[in-house]
Amino acid sequence: MASSGDSKGEGLVFHPMDQFIVEPLFGAGPVHWYTVTNVTLWMGLSVLALILIMVVGTSKRALVPSRAQSIGELAYGFVHKMVEDVAGKDAVPYFPYIMTLFMFIVLSNFLGLLPMSFTTTSHIAVTAVMAMVVFLSVTIIGFAKNGVGFLSLFWISSAPLALRPALALIEIISYFVRPVSHSIRLAGNMMAGHAVIKVFAAFAGVALISPLSVVAITAMYALETLVSFIQAYVFAILTCVYLKDALHPHH
Amino acid sequence: MATKTDVSMSTCIDSYGSAIGMPQLCTDWASNQIFWLVVTLVAIFFVLSRLALPRISAVISERQGTITNDLAAAENLKSEAVQAEEAYKKALEDARLEASKIIESAKSEIKQELDVAIKKADADIAVKASASEEAIAVIRKDALANVKLVAKDITSELVKVLGGKVDSKSLTSVINAKMKG
Amino acid sequence: MEGDIVQMGAYIGAGLACTGMGGAAVGVGHVVGNFISGALRNPSAAAGQTATMFIGIAFAEALGIFSFLVALLLMFAV
Repeated sequence: MASSGDSKGEGLVFHPMDQFIVEPLFGAGPVHWYTVTNVTLWMGLSVLALILIMVVGTSKRALVPSRAQSIGELAYGFVHKMVEDVAGKDAVPYFPYIMTLFMFIVLSNFLGLLPMSFTTTSHIAVTAVMAMVVFLSVTIIGFAKNGVGFLSLFWISSAPLALRPALALIEIISYFVRPVSHSIRLAGNMMAGHAVIKVFAAFAGVALISPLSVVAITAMYALETLVSFIQAYVFAILTCVYLKDALHPHH
Repeated sequence: MATKTDVSMSTCIDSYGSAIGMPQLCTDWASNQIFWLVVTLVAIFFVLSRLALPRISAVISERQGTITNDLAAAENLKSEAVQAEEAYKKALEDARLEASKIIESAKSEIKQELDVAIKKADADIAVKASASEEAIAVIRKDALANVKLVAKDITSELVKVLGGKVDSKSLTSVINAKMKG
Repeated sequence: MEGDIVQMGAYIGAGLACTGMGGAAVGVGHVVGNFISGALRNPSAAAGQTATMFIGIAFAEALGIFSFLVALLLMFAV
């Protein structure tokens, strides 16, 4: 696949990674940091969807909610309850930040499921920035709220004294792996699902196996719909877990 | 993907417009994505924190308040209904008691009136009976006297016819003796 | 010739790395299975623990994702 250029236009052609290419929206040319690309388009669409659901949908402030308003209220209640249950009552001030991450990821994932669309969350550059933001802010919050006491997160006082240094090493490593797994999980899930759908779609070029291919694409699409939501949920809930560690570092 | 011949466009796209390797690992595009991601996240954050979240939380708390009020009102109405039912039951009980009392008093009144009437009737009957008896006694006496007279007359006539002489005094005594006998 | 051997090794390695995803599948299945058997024993406590289950799934799945990443890196980046 790395050298798929040779097989262009003959028989079965697999280009499962082409859907992730970033390209300028207007004309051709190099992609600078300010270039308006398909990344801009699909992120802008996610902002538009957010405004439609959360602002336009709730503009009536109805006591008995309409469909759009119930979606907005459902999302609000869902994330609010998650923050309260997982991170604790004193994490509620951080609720808008977690809501921002959750809404962006869930909307990008679902927009990415549209045919011919570009999945912004399938790029490690995007998810890594979000994961690093979470990691850095959680670490800063931890030190700001608890001072040096935040380091007791790594010093497990309930373990035997002899084991504590080894456990502290493991805890520190797992702490620094957090942003890696946090970002790779989301990007990997999105990329894998979309690439698998594309591979199945390429098999549809053979008439004999195309019905099977269509069935497989349908099944994968259903799974991807589920995964789109679950990964956004997992990203948000892990953010809550990290936030809880920062607010209450004592085991 | 449309075929692009501009090879200099990016190091991550081959001359056919296909990706070389993983597009995710192409560092040429990272700055673009990061820039637009930051713009998007800031936009979403401001839309949420300035517009959406305060509005939704206000709507939810308002609804919560309305529900609580409605529930309290329903509770009040329910207790009122219970009270009304109790009052109705009490009124029914009272009415029943009153009715039985009225029936009782009417019964005793009727009985008294009946007793009085019976007594009066008894007295009337007694008076009438005694008057009748008196009348009967008078009639009997008269009858007796008449019988005596008739007997005397007949006897004296008979005696006269037979050519006797009537001794009025002895005749009366005989008749009296016969009558008694 | 040498490059072909390197590429062959990379592809074989990518295939081998995919076995790690099977481990993740076993792990996720274990987490969910145990959650459901616990939830059937005490359904009233299940609702509060759904978040914990998803956290467990996320941790189990993360390692599978790592192996997937290794496979992708071997195929495309090496």
